[in-house]
Amino acid sequence: MLPLPAFEWVSPGSLDELVRALGESPGESLLLAGGTDLLPNMKHGLFAPRRVIGLRRVRELRGIAETPAGGLVIGGGAPLDRVATDPRVMARYPALARAAGLVASPQIRRMGTIGGNLCLETRCVYYNQTAFWRGALGGCLKKDGPTCFVVPQGRRCVAAMSADTPAPLIAYGASVELVSVRGTRTLPVAKLFAGDGVKNNVRAADEVLTKVELPPPAERLFSAYEKVRSRAAIDFPLLSIAAAAVLDAGGHVVELTVVVGALGALPRVVRGLEITRAAPLSREAIDLVAEAAHTQCNPLSSLGAEDWRKDIVAPVVRRALAGLAPSRIAG
Amino acid sequence: MATDDEPHPPWRIGTRAPNIRSFDAVTGRQRYADDLTFPGMLHAKLVRSPHPHARIRSIDTREALALPGVHAVVTGKDMPVKYGIIPWTQDEYPLALDKALFVGDAVACVAAIDEACAARAAAAVHVDWEVLPSVIEPEAALAPDAPRLHEGHKHGNITKSVQLSFGDVEGEFAASAAIVEGDYFFEGTTHGALEPHCAIGIWEPQGVLTVISSTQVAHYLHRELSRVLGVPYDRVRVIQPPIGGAFGGKSEPFDLEFCVAKLAMVTGRPVKLLYTREEVFYAHRGRHPMKMHFRLGATADGRLTACDAKTLIDGGAYASFGLVTAYYSGQLVTAPLRLGAYRLDSTRVYTNKPACGPKRGHGSVQPRFAFEVSLDKLADRLGMDPIELRRKNVLEAGERTVNEFIIKSIGFRECLDRVEQASGWKEKRGKLPFGRGVGVAGSFYISGTNYPIYPNAMPQSAVQLKVDRSGRVTVFCGLSEMGQGADAMLALIVSEELGVDLEAIRVLTGDTDLTPVDLGGYSSRTTMMAGNACLRGARDLGTRIRAVVARKWECPARRVALAGGFATDREDTARRIEIGEAFRLAEAELGALAAVGSYDTPKDVHGDYRGGTIGASPAYSFTAHVAEVSVDLETGVPKVEMIWAAHDAGKPLNPMLVEGQIEGSAYMGYAEAILEEHLVRPDGLHRGPSLLDYRMPTSLDTPHVHSMLVETADPEGPYGAKEAGEGPLHSTIPAIANAIFDAVGVRIDTLPFTAGKLLRAMREQREKGGG
Ligand SMILES: Cc1cc2nc3c(=O)[nH]c(=O)nc-3n(C[C@H](O)[C@H](O)[C@H](O)COP(=O)(O)OP(=O)(O)OC[C@H]3O[C@@H](n4cnc5c(N)ncnc54)[C@H](O)[C@@H]3O)c2cc1C
Repeated sequence: MLPLPAFEWVSPGSLDELVRALGESPGESLLLAGGTDLLPNMKHGLFAPRRVIGLRRVRELRGIAETPAGGLVIGGGAPLDRVATDPRVMARYPALARAAGLVASPQIRRMGTIGGNLCLETRCVYYNQTAFWRGALGGCLKKDGPTCFVVPQGRRCVAAMSADTPAPLIAYGASVELVSVRGTRTLPVAKLFAGDGVKNNVRAADEVLTKVELPPPAERLFSAYEKVRSRAAIDFPLLSIAAAAVLDAGGHVVELTVVVGALGALPRVVRGLEITRAAPLSREAIDLVAEAAHTQCNPLSSLGAEDWRKDIVAPVVRRALAGLAPSRIAG
Repeated sequence: MATDDEPHPPWRIGTRAPNIRSFDAVTGRQRYADDLTFPGMLHAKLVRSPHPHARIRSIDTREALALPGVHAVVTGKDMPVKYGIIPWTQDEYPLALDKALFVGDAVACVAAIDEACAARAAAAVHVDWEVLPSVIEPEAALAPDAPRLHEGHKHGNITKSVQLSFGDVEGEFAASAAIVEGDYFFEGTTHGALEPHCAIGIWEPQGVLTVISSTQVAHYLHRELSRVLGVPYDRVRVIQPPIGGAFGGKSEPFDLEFCVAKLAMVTGRPVKLLYTREEVFYAHRGRHPMKMHFRLGATADGRLTACDAKTLIDGGAYASFGLVTAYYSGQLVTAPLRLGAYRLDSTRVYTNKPACGPKRGHGSVQPRFAFEVSLDKLADRLGMDPIELRRKNVLEAGERTVNEFIIKSIGFRECLDRVEQASGWKEKRGKLPFGRGVGVAGSFYISGTNYPIYPNAMPQSAVQLKVDRSGRVTVFCGLSEMGQGADAMLALIVSEELGVDLEAIRVLTGDTDLTPVDLGGYSSRTTMMAGNACLRGARDLGTRIRAVVARKWECPARRVALAGGFATDREDTARRIEIGEAFRLAEAELGALAAVGSYDTPKDVHGDYRGGTIGASPAYSFTAHVAEVSVDLETGVPKVEMIWAAHDAGKPLNPMLVEGQIEGSAYMGYAEAILEEHLVRPDGLHRGPSLLDYRMPTSLDTPHVHSMLVETADPEGPYGAKEAGEGPLHSTIPAIANAIFDAVGVRIDTLPFTAGKLLRAMREQREKGGG
């Protein structure tokens, strides 16, 4: 077995303690929620924190609750299988329920959390390897080396945002709360991400992602999530597409958002979809959106099969739009 | 009328029974090598080369040895003796001596108080490397100025090259109405056994070396440990605990077994080494990538005329079984169909990559793909149904193949009938909507190799049996149980012959101190060889026991049947005694009850040309598959909807286990067709040595398999049985390839059939059609 490096283990019982523990030595500590990403990465020698701070005993982070306005607040430590099967999430935010339910495997969804999913390390075939392998390669731009093997002349790491839940959360206009000893801030999920594969989020080292807040679904909100992967379980997305459309009573588009994941470091919000406004989501309109996505999305060799992934952007977007499911608010 | 040869009507053979070892495996109770610990045991880690080809200038172990908790470090110099599974091509050292030949080649091994300490120590071993130019592609290995892997080897980078010709190849081609010619590529794949290799070495002060290892060839390991480490042959014991899958990936000695033995001898402590998953990918010995050029002809009425096959085999850094691979890749396409003439030209080369070796269907799965797809193209060219084309050419029992293997039993015609019917072939072939199709393929495989790996005149397999007065029978055999049900097979035969219930039979296998030699779990040999040995021993015992009971009953021995837990008078079935009572009577009269049985193969089943013995077997199994596949026209994603598999395993001793082998084979074939690629990058690094990057199917991915048993009575097999473990895999891949053609009209002659390749091929076809 690959050995885990030694570390000090801290397991606070409340959010207060947690935030304080993290604030004491932010540079040397890492948070462990489900550990389904952190532990393999530590075994691969990607991180060797002096201290690992566990989230599991902090009960207030695990719940899912209603907001007075009819939205939902999901604790940063809520397990993915809970998110995927919560009746309220399923009814109001079906694309999120589906995305969470398509992560990895049942065992991993039981351990893995939504906070961990949002803060997931970026992935790349040159990075997610053992220390031996990376040593033989000579390191890469993201760790221990000068060269990017994906974009040979590149000076910025393009490792991929490979988590499933960010795309639907962005499509729903969700926000996150980050708490540290310095204070609390809230920002839209779209703004959580940064375009650098070395660290693709703006979370400071001392901040805990405590909540994900979903605004109440608009009337006639329709949404969908499509995930492309090699196998029907286990695999990270090779391409992921979340779509959310608000239609008026006559079926005309009020607002359409399409978010694409598993490209570079950032989830990509497809631009220029205003053209669909005030018209029905016809076959032609869907084709236009698919074409826009195809032009704007460039899968990279960081995850392999880039030519094929580029080829299927349009059909997968069409599928997502054809499969838009209504949010049901009552109940 | 009962005869002495037929002690009783079959009562156990042919009945369904779960593998006696499965319960432990599925309930987590099975104890694998890594579950075993011994007082004072040390843990070992290998130091591996980060370069695909590099000379070792020196190795500095001082820093590692100085670490607290480290007991010893060994390097190549401590074991400078070459080994290898095939005696003529031994080209490996337990630890590389002068040069490392691939990224991951082991050069040193440390033993320390625990695994973490051993890992730290391994990182503190410093190797001074001189990096050499490397060869990754097999064509490059053939270039006259290519860097040489094995400098003393007289054929450059060629492990083995085989050219054979049977019949008038050019004459037959000239008489052909249609000839198809094409290039095929089979990508390498690996076994993916769940249990990583693990070994424990124990050195006793009296000079006895015990190695506990997850090996499928305890006997060959026994021999090599003795030779390489200089421990007398009679003072080495190899124990094979239950193993978590092997599929050919554990069928030769590996670095870890020599290292734990040597470190145990050096430190006087038990030493364990468990590979990481990454190291399993470096140990590899998986399916060889093969580039195949096939030409196949037929007359207008569908008689197959000639086949001309040229194959370049990418062997990786070491020979492994490569000599045999080179032969198998050519020799094993000559049945179930009759060929007018045949020429083969196979060359296996060394490259700076993890060594390839035997994986389920060793050497013959790749050419089978090329051959069966060629047949499908030929049928298309002739305007003939592909099943019909096959039917016109099926060999008959008693016939010899073009390369002179004798086929004693063959149920292939019935295999074709069964899959044709069950799949609804006639209603589907060419008639399903665009995007969905069916394809057929057939194949055959050996039931064990006719000759052992090192030449000797001793039996290939032997058992000892012990009957005791409690009513229990114990059977001892050196065979290798690895999940396939070999132990269950022995129990079944003992039960059949001696009338005892399965619960009263103990099977003890895989311990070279306690069991007589069986050559191991490879080449689908176990039922044929250990089964026959067991049948002989058990029948001998049964004859003696029946004679004792007959004397007591004062009747002829032929009237005594041992079945169903009783000794029964066949002509007066009310007269019977419990089987334990019969054993006690026999022990009282004859003394201790024991027997031996052994088996060796007939020597008249092949031609006498050079190489004619390789691929020869006492019996051959036959298989036909129909696959139904749909292809997503927008994304290219192929989905195998269903596989109908009919297999002639002779007499299925336990149909449940035969079906299990058919299903497992079809899943593995499916995986190789659609998903798996064992890839090494141009810089010599493995593309992704993990189970996340090497994609094996999950239970959600695998197709439904409808397995069907076609019974033949093989004259050589025990009760007429033949192999089932490897044969059924061969047909899966070409059946899927041919179904893809039926579905979307494109040929993907390069494995695996990825969505990307399909989408591209469909687009090219549309463009061609449009333009
Ligand atoms: C075989 C396998 C397959 C996988 N497949 C998928 C897949 O298909 N899709 C997918 O999206 N993911 C996949 N994953 C990754 C992972 O399981 C999930 O993303 C999961 O949601 C991570 O959550 P976790 O709680 O386990 O995170 P952890 O491993 O505990 O943490 C991940 C990162 O987030 C940080 N973190 C965790 N919680 C917080 C918080 N509350 N505040 C601030 N930082 C935090 C940690 O410090 C760490 O850096 C897979 C993993 C494996 C091993």
